[in-house]
Amino acid sequence: MNALTFTLKQNLQQSINCSALTPDNLAGKTAAEIGSISLTSDKHPLRAADVFEISGSDTQQLCFKNATARLDYIGAGMSSGSITVEGDAGAYLGSGMRNGEILCTGNTAAFAASNMRGGLLTINGNTGDFLGAGSEGSRKGMLGGTVIVRGNAGDRAGDQMRRGLILIEGNAGDYCGSRMIAGTIGVLGDLGVYTAFNMHRGTLLLKKKPQLHATMQDCGIHTLPFLNLLFKSFSKYNTSFSALNSLRAQRFVGDSAYGGNGEILILSA
Amino acid sequence: MLLNSIQIDDTFAEAFNMRGTRVIITAQNHKWAYHAANAMTGFATSVIGCGVEAGIEREMTAEETPDGRPGVSILMFAMGSKVLMQQLETRMGQCILTCPTAAAFSGIASEDMISLGKHLRYFGDGYQTSKLIAGKRYWRIPVMDGEFLTEETTGMVRAIGGGNFLILATSQPAALAAAETAIDAMKKIPNVIMPFPGGVVRSGSKVGSKYKSMFASTNDAFCPTLKGVTNSELSPEIESVMEIVIDGLTFDDIALSMKAGIEAICALGPASGVKRISAGNYGGKLGPHLFNLHEILKKTG
Repeated sequence: MNALTFTLKQNLQQSINCSALTPDNLAGKTAAEIGSISLTSDKHPLRAADVFEISGSDTQQLCFKNATARLDYIGAGMSSGSITVEGDAGAYLGSGMRNGEILCTGNTAAFAASNMRGGLLTINGNTGDFLGAGSEGSRKGMLGGTVIVRGNAGDRAGDQMRRGLILIEGNAGDYCGSRMIAGTIGVLGDLGVYTAFNMHRGTLLLKKKPQLHATMQDCGIHTLPFLNLLFKSFSKYNTSFSALNSLRAQRFVGDSAYGGNGEILILSA
Repeated sequence: MLLNSIQIDDTFAEAFNMRGTRVIITAQNHKWAYHAANAMTGFATSVIGCGVEAGIEREMTAEETPDGRPGVSILMFAMGSKVLMQQLETRMGQCILTCPTAAAFSGIASEDMISLGKHLRYFGDGYQTSKLIAGKRYWRIPVMDGEFLTEETTGMVRAIGGGNFLILATSQPAALAAAETAIDAMKKIPNVIMPFPGGVVRSGSKVGSKYKSMFASTNDAFCPTLKGVTNSELSPEIESVMEIVIDGLTFDDIALSMKAGIEAICALGPASGVKRISAGNYGGKLGPHLFNLHEILKKTG
């Protein structure tokens, strides 16, 4: 069976919500049923067949081709199977996903992996603000799973993150790990300002020391054996994080303005 | 049955059900891993007086352990899950938490998971940190030498305790030398421990006593100095008997280690002073698992 492929026919004038097109929702549906799924909720509904050229039949493997930033909520809430996005994705890529895998070969807009609970989301390009954060009104961000960004992330990556792993090979913007509750964020590149603002718990694993605000307390340089476990868990993802092996790290704890017990570990070279 | 001119009695060892767990202890080097493991498995020879029976199963290389440091794996057995949990927590707190550079990890998976560092974390007084890595939860507890790292839980499995055999020899040094040879061979078998000092017990017991308060007492039938006054099992030339007790995760593990031990002794031949191999048979009073010596020795593999 070939992957069920959605090839975008034309440049969209409006954003559409692709959350209905997940392996879970499409399982057992015929081609006609899939084609008739409505992707918008306004006065001029667009059916899947209007927007995409649909081919293939394996509903457990989906592929979006010619994808652009107009395609929001790809893979949102999915709990099985895999989705490949060839091109860019819009906002909320993999939002609330529970299991399965998503690979986006291009860039994504904001809120990728927001409220994510499990599975693996890989973004080969850059991603927007609020990566792994909570969606509007939510008190908690990402609750589990793994996110890999090979490019750069925008501001507020991991905002209110509760659990899980975010690995950013490039740079991260301002307020990385802000209001973080727990979990692990790794960044190999540079960071913006106000890193770990109002951080409660959790770990920021960095290669380069960012400009830290006064409420992040320096606890000195230490050898931390638990990093071995963390590095071992990175090895299966085939990222630049696999090259990390130093157990020496400078440890900052905070945000003390928030009574926080989170940590920023700056790995020694 | 004769094996290399040494008599193997047609009898069986009687063993009972236990609950067991495995913990992997790592440290900066093997020296400190052994310090931690020796403390953790100290005073753990018999459930009669120690609560648990525990021992070092084997040494582990840095490549084999979860945190990439040298380590040892230990096995711990108790008569019930409650005692095992309580003993594990106490020993973790007093022996592993306290030992420089030591860390503890689960060494066995099971549906029944019991606390390893789950409650120990409160020693961190609020500074403890949890990390969920690859589906397993670990605790990092700040201590004076750096950080104490422990997995939250380990598995508890059904196990068997009390597998045994007796070495009957013409002198005490001969019996002990044969026992040492057996222990060396048995230590190569995984999933078992021999919990007594050096793996050997000289005070094998029978069930019951003439005293009401005692539920086990000296195995007079195998005491050489009582040959004339008791219903002795010993022939005139036997002057000393040593017992090896084995706890293991499964029946086959224990059977395999008994076979390895007995065969190693028999390979020494009659010149070693060993005349007979027997076993602790309590007439079905002790437990449901029977290890028939002849059947075990016929097993291949």
